[in-house]
Amino acid sequence: MKLLEHQAKEVFRNYNIKTPREHVAQTTEEACEHAKKIGTPLVVKAQVPVGGRGKAGGVKLVKDLSEVASVSKQILGMNIKQCLVKKVLVSQALPFEIEYYISITLDRASMKPMFIISPSGGVDIEEISKNQPEKIFNLSVDLVVGIKTYEMRSVYRKCFQDEKNPPSISDFQQLLETLYEIYLKEDAGLVEINPLIILDGKFVALDAKMLIDDNALFRHSYYKSLENENDEETAQEKEARESGLAYISLDGDIACIVNGAGLAMATMDVVKHWGGQPANFLDIGGSSNPAKMIKALEIIASNPNVKSVLINIFGGITRCDDIATGLVQALETTGFSLPLSVRLIGTNDAQAKEMLKQVKISVFTDMNEAIKVAVQHAQGGN
Amino acid sequence: MSILIHQNTRVIVQGITGRDGSFHTQQMLEYGTSIVGGVTPGKEGESVHGVPVFNSAKQAVNATGADTSIIYVPERFASDAIIEAADAGISLIVCITEGLPVNDVMKIKQYLDEKGVRLVGPNCPGLISPGKSKIGIMPGHIFKPGNVGVISRSGTLTYEIVYNLTSSGFGTSTCIGIGGDPIIGSSFIDVLHLFKDDPDTESIVLIGEIGGDAEEKAAEYISKNLGHKKVISFIAGRTAPPEKRMGHAGAIISQGKGTAESKVEALESAGVKVAEKPSDIPALLR
Repeated sequence: MKLLEHQAKEVFRNYNIKTPREHVAQTTEEACEHAKKIGTPLVVKAQVPVGGRGKAGGVKLVKDLSEVASVSKQILGMNIKQCLVKKVLVSQALPFEIEYYISITLDRASMKPMFIISPSGGVDIEEISKNQPEKIFNLSVDLVVGIKTYEMRSVYRKCFQDEKNPPSISDFQQLLETLYEIYLKEDAGLVEINPLIILDGKFVALDAKMLIDDNALFRHSYYKSLENENDEETAQEKEARESGLAYISLDGDIACIVNGAGLAMATMDVVKHWGGQPANFLDIGGSSNPAKMIKALEIIASNPNVKSVLINIFGGITRCDDIATGLVQALETTGFSLPLSVRLIGTNDAQAKEMLKQVKISVFTDMNEAIKVAVQHAQGGN
Repeated sequence: MSILIHQNTRVIVQGITGRDGSFHTQQMLEYGTSIVGGVTPGKEGESVHGVPVFNSAKQAVNATGADTSIIYVPERFASDAIIEAADAGISLIVCITEGLPVNDVMKIKQYLDEKGVRLVGPNCPGLISPGKSKIGIMPGHIFKPGNVGVISRSGTLTYEIVYNLTSSGFGTSTCIGIGGDPIIGSSFIDVLHLFKDDPDTESIVLIGEIGGDAEEKAAEYISKNLGHKKVISFIAGRTAPPEKRMGHAGAIISQGKGTAESKVEALESAGVKVAEKPSDIPALLR
């Protein structure tokens, strides 16, 4: 899950990383109150879990207190990449000359945490790596010896050579050690400061981004409690997550219900291959619970773009008869009327076919055949 | 021959008294796997489908001489179960459990590497050498013995592909699901390296998906080391949107990296034929 900027900065302050003076506000009145205490110039920043806030008009510099009300009113309630802005961060605007980038994340290749550091921050890391790859410095962390000081020194020299009032090397080392500590203790998949600035020779985090490992949320009850408010998910995605289904909305019109993430992806790919457009990714998982099938059908039926439904199950732990039971129940109870194409194979598929025959649903054994029919349904054929 | 497991592999099941552990113990026994013991703390003396249960992995290993363990323990306890198995002298650990914290697996991987213990998974369907041994959750009946080695990051997609292979007359030497997490115990390269010297594996099917750069690394390895074996691939997720985790924790296109295009291109330039759909694989093997 992704933390909002103000939540990540709260973590930073707990670990003694400096941030500007700032407060989060949910109303225009609160924003004005905070602004008075902080003083101008200040920045009003939309708190949403998506990038590109600045470009969307969600970050505004305010030079006069009289503008705070109108600016916050404008930002609160905005939609940025389909995320409603419910909170703004009112933050002291600080002067800087150079914007730095620093992050620590898992390097999947070496299976170790790695710092990425650049004196060309303020823009996305992808942009830096495209335009100025020579300005990116990597620093791998060893799980036993930690951050290697000699490597840290070398990055320090390269990174701060243009800085008029550079931070001390021990401050740099302290910053790295702290970010590594946050990475481990908070089970963060990513801790990023961009931009990181230098004010009077000291580091200040102007922005903050943190991803928390979903698999570790069981030992971080505070983050778990933030989950609903933070995730950039559609209504269907939220409902699916709460029901234990992996669901991602897409733009097409063929809903896919599949068991297993790899097969679900492959099914989407083959739908596209036969000229269709998948409406979603949906993995009902490995369990044999008919209720999951009912929930899955409810969720896809609530997407108005869906014209055709494809079910692709390769039974293993998932039993085809359970899938059929769920499907029959769902058809009886929900008045589900979208055209269906069903492919079932594996554990107990014969019983499943018999059950579905009773309700006049024919079942395919071949994945391609089922998908071709689903594509025809979406295109208005029978 | 086959890789990693064979008729004489002696297996303990950690989490044997749980719903999944018990069910799959039965399935593995029916397949002919030599399951010699189970572990559930506090349940020593019980038996599950005739298999004796022990309180600890150490006791189970001492009593049975097991060399391999399969783990069905719930995610909060699975990391510790892996370490316990390694400390008990197990040399191959297969972790079926999904949902282990990434930082835990990162530390475990380093710990096991130092001890020389091999881990398959986590979040994987396990492995099977058809006709010899099955240490996993895959439906055994879709496999038949043969000369195709299969390596995959996925579960059901592997079954789909194996079903296509079997229906077209291709048998499998060993099929191994390495798991869908960002950090896994055995990589594509680790397994390719074993297939390289296995005389019974004549060709290899590598089933990849979006996220990370394991397929690109594998492509590099294949072009340098596997000129003598035919390698066919399928990459899932050509239609996956960026920055979304597609079910598997490791299946995410992040900051422009880990796309299907990049993987297909790397594999093709290593001389690997990449199938458009799972059903195209048997034709490419001929």
